[in-house]
Amino acid sequence: MKIILKEILSNTPENKVTRLDILAPDIAQRALPGQFVVVMVNEEGERIPLTVVNTDKQKGTLSIIFQEVGLTTRLLGSLNSGDSLYAIVGPLGHPTEIKNYGKVILVGGGVGIAEIYPVARAFKEEGNQVTSILGARSKDILILEKELKGVSDEFYVTTDDGSYGRKGFTTDVLAELLKKDNYSLVYAVGPIPMMKRAAMVTRDFKVKTIVSLNALMVDATGMCGCCRVNVAGETKFSCVDGPEFDAGLVDWEELIKRNRLYLEQEKHICRLRLQ
Amino acid sequence: MKKEPVKIKELAVDQRINGFQEVVLGYSEEEALEEAGRCLQCKNPACIAGCPVGIDIKKFIYQITKKDYIAAYLTIREKNNFPSLCGRICPAEYQCRKACILTKKGAPFASPEAINIHFLERFAGDYGMREGLEAGANRNEDLSRFKVAVVGSGPAGLCCAGELARKGIKVKVFEGLHKTGGVLRYGIPALRLPRDILDFEINYLSKLGVEIVTNFIIGRAKTLDELFKEGYAAAFLGLGAGIPSFMGVPGENLCNIYSANEFLTRVNLMCAYKFPQFHTPVSIGKHIVVIGGGNTAMDSSRVALRLQKMNGMEPDTTIVYRRTEVEMPARRLEIEHAKEEGVKFKFLVKPEEFMGNDLGLVEKMRSLECKLGEPDSSGRKRPVAIAGSDFQIPCDMAVIAVGLKANQVLTKVTPELKTDEYGDLEVNPQTMETSMRGVFAGGDIVGGEGTIIEAMGMSKIAARAITDYLKS
Repeated sequence: MKIILKEILSNTPENKVTRLDILAPDIAQRALPGQFVVVMVNEEGERIPLTVVNTDKQKGTLSIIFQEVGLTTRLLGSLNSGDSLYAIVGPLGHPTEIKNYGKVILVGGGVGIAEIYPVARAFKEEGNQVTSILGARSKDILILEKELKGVSDEFYVTTDDGSYGRKGFTTDVLAELLKKDNYSLVYAVGPIPMMKRAAMVTRDFKVKTIVSLNALMVDATGMCGCCRVNVAGETKFSCVDGPEFDAGLVDWEELIKRNRLYLEQEKHICRLRLQ
Repeated sequence: MKKEPVKIKELAVDQRINGFQEVVLGYSEEEALEEAGRCLQCKNPACIAGCPVGIDIKKFIYQITKKDYIAAYLTIREKNNFPSLCGRICPAEYQCRKACILTKKGAPFASPEAINIHFLERFAGDYGMREGLEAGANRNEDLSRFKVAVVGSGPAGLCCAGELARKGIKVKVFEGLHKTGGVLRYGIPALRLPRDILDFEINYLSKLGVEIVTNFIIGRAKTLDELFKEGYAAAFLGLGAGIPSFMGVPGENLCNIYSANEFLTRVNLMCAYKFPQFHTPVSIGKHIVVIGGGNTAMDSSRVALRLQKMNGMEPDTTIVYRRTEVEMPARRLEIEHAKEEGVKFKFLVKPEEFMGNDLGLVEKMRSLECKLGEPDSSGRKRPVAIAGSDFQIPCDMAVIAVGLKANQVLTKVTPELKTDEYGDLEVNPQTMETSMRGVFAGGDIVGGEGTIIEAMGMSKIAARAITDYLKS
């Protein structure tokens, strides 16, 4: 549970993204692309799920990458190398099905780029032709560009403000690529609006599209049902049935509403605790 | 001369509902002596057979009457590792007290006249705890070379670990959550089971040499096969009933509709009632509806009502149940407590739909009235919905406490473990051994939801069988 390495990946007043390498040999040994861990910063803390971005089996470490959005991620970001987490448990969720699909597109938006990285690398190692599309609001908050480039055959960057790469959305590029060529799989992780758009874009091309959802969780082992999502009209638990689902079958409106439930409490606690 | 049962002291209602202090205060020595004195000391006591772990109830009550509380404590401890715990949460009116000769024949649960065995157990247990009494371990040097893995630190796992450790076997308990106790901690609120009691009972295991690791999910961080390769000679699975059932009605995923597991976990385990000192939030509705008739529903309603009160709101929490009060599976005492505290009850009501607003927040619940029909397979009269009896009630928060399904985290990744149609483990009932060699199981993962003492009963059978298995 000890933090071995800390790296700030982006640091603007609006957007601070941090990578922590954590000593957790049993989890590192087993974690596969697509899986996540639950961490607690301290005894009073929340349990929050974070994707395992990388593992080093020799060192027994795993990497998490997170953006500071609420109290828990800010407290997590305040930890330093040598500090210890209160709890880390995993690996949780189903791993991504890694096989040779042929041509695949990975779409990562914001901190979601961290979540597509292990999948992109595994796809590449499996012999897929990998196209990556990374999106960020602006150049200074784009993360893992070099890493993703290293495992991609084709590579695109979009920024909302046009400060780097193409101005616009990742899904603009996605639509263009799908018009020009056939792909077997699209794998998209990012803010819900981005994943929802990706689902809409790919629907017309009938290409299988997987998203990894960021539903709220408590225990994250199937016990509480906090993370329930409506997939093809059926209630699924994101933690044990997912976190990956067929993008075209997800009830996005319900997920958006469920994820907003505690925003007021979150603002309140941030105001109180971070003064 | 027929003596009246000795009433148990309880916290006054207005003192209860502003926090999570324990409600039942227990017997004083005088009260315990008086209640124990009511016991008829039957020649053929039926109560013992009514106890899932077979505590010699007649004997320990007699020892109380002789003021030999140490002996009474040790008598209970012979069969039950956790007297202070069971004395608080056992549904005695369906078990030992129902079998008591003073219960009227054919009654659905114990009559009020039945001896308050559970309160006497608690008295003896708390005496032992206060005096720091230790039950004699029955160590067997031959067995001390074996290591056994116990998966889950709920009632089943803790009980099995205790039984094995007392024989000198090295035991390591693997708990997936960050705290031990399983449902005893995340499910049962402190108002029924104070945390210091729970901690004491768990610490007792550490004294016996049991090692407990938290944040470790067998089936995730390690497989059963790997445990055996590491030198564990056997394993006990006390995985619990992990997955909450929902009703499958429209609108059930609206915001502020919780499973009882989620609601109670937020409050009990994550201490959401202390938000923002603790960081996990929980919603508190103005009109809270709790659906179900078991202990979990009672716990949820009493916790919900307290949250309303603690936050300066007018308490408005209603239990909605499809049958009537007599069919409720909850402990009678908890039903009484819930009523005293101001929880409202609506019987013969079947929820049909939840309706919400644009933000996805639940606002109303539509239901049908029911009448009781023919008995179903459980022997209870089946609720039959009356067509056209629709009505709506305001509901800005709901807690669904209609049961749990098997925890499948481990069984799904272990094909050697045979499960039944419900996902529960199949075991040999004589030994509690699963289809995987050297792997035993007990508690809710076997046969579905039961009581804590039933879980312990299974664990004891398993512990005996594990001991035999190690010896062979």
